[in-house]
Amino acid sequence: MTRSLRLIAVCSLAALALAACGSGKQHWNTNNITGVMPNLRFTLTDENGNTVHASDYRGKIKLMYFGYTHCPDICPLTLATVGRTLKQLGHKADKVRVLFVSVDPKRDTPDVLKTYTQAFGPRFLGLTGTQAQLKALTKRYRVSYSYQKPDKNGAYAVNHSAAIFVFGPKGKVRLLMNRTDGAAAMAQDLAQLESDTIQS
Amino acid sequence: MSTPERRDARWLLVAACALFAASALAAPPKATVSGAWIRLLPGDLPLAGYFTLHNNGTRPLKLTGATSPAFKRVQLHRSMTMHGMDEMKPIKAADAPAESTLTFAPGGYHLMMWRSRRLKPGMRIPVTLKFADGQHLKVEFTVKRPGQ
Repeated sequence: MTRSLRLIAVCSLAALALAACGSGKQHWNTNNITGVMPNLRFTLTDENGNTVHASDYRGKIKLMYFGYTHCPDICPLTLATVGRTLKQLGHKADKVRVLFVSVDPKRDTPDVLKTYTQAFGPRFLGLTGTQAQLKALTKRYRVSYSYQKPDKNGAYAVNHSAAIFVFGPKGKVRLLMNRTDGAAAMAQDLAQLESDTIQS
Repeated sequence: MSTPERRDARWLLVAACALFAASALAAPPKATVSGAWIRLLPGDLPLAGYFTLHNNGTRPLKLTGATSPAFKRVQLHRSMTMHGMDEMKPIKAADAPAESTLTFAPGGYHLMMWRSRRLKPGMRIPVTLKFADGQHLKVEFTVKRPGQ
């Protein structure tokens, strides 16, 4: 079984277990993965060239998505969907930060990342890191990435996870979203998360 | 028995068929395109183009490529999500069966386009779609903002 399949299996089981315990009176449109994965932790470089840690985003609900800027289709589609989600959230979006983690540090320098995330809105932040840092983070959330062979022009595509991980203000893992969930469903869940009484 | 008149009639028929075939080859494809747009991204990052091709003809069409004066290279690509992983691969062709549509949309088939000039939202960019039978179709794509 691939790592991603295992991830889906673990998450589904966890969701079932939570539902069976009756602890989740709330209804979530996306996958509730509270307690299934470790708290957010990383050391990366942000789009301003500074070394940053997950704790630097304490107090914000964090959406983490792995991608790369030379991805003209899926990545902008996902970020545009998240952008519409934030628009629907209105002022509540102030408490949300979207961490776009590039798994293509060779091409995605802080400068490239900064102009890229700005195109989607002020709440989008670009992060990247060394291969060791990126490997540690993707492994922690049981996803992976890989590089395709460059074509004759040197262009190459990167295979990456489709998942959007959602973390609470204190870094606790909460939801697993996908662009196909749609902006309305995602916005509803984020609004519920924000008014959530669970200390996360 | 074939009389001279009959022979003439046969030749006429052959000539008519040849003329018809020639005009069919030269005619533009019985296809139209709607909703053609390009998602703009910052800098010189490659872009993606989308459209719906309506094949109104009774023959299948095979899209094999595209060119545009605003782009140095255009390739046919397809994104796929397999086991939670997003992948993008170049493809050689995309089929539009007779009397049906071929959709290039975010998350699936798309044109991958490397810019040769600066683009802005709202611009209309000519793109020529090329088919396996040698036919061409010129289409205008509208440049849209990244968050579209």
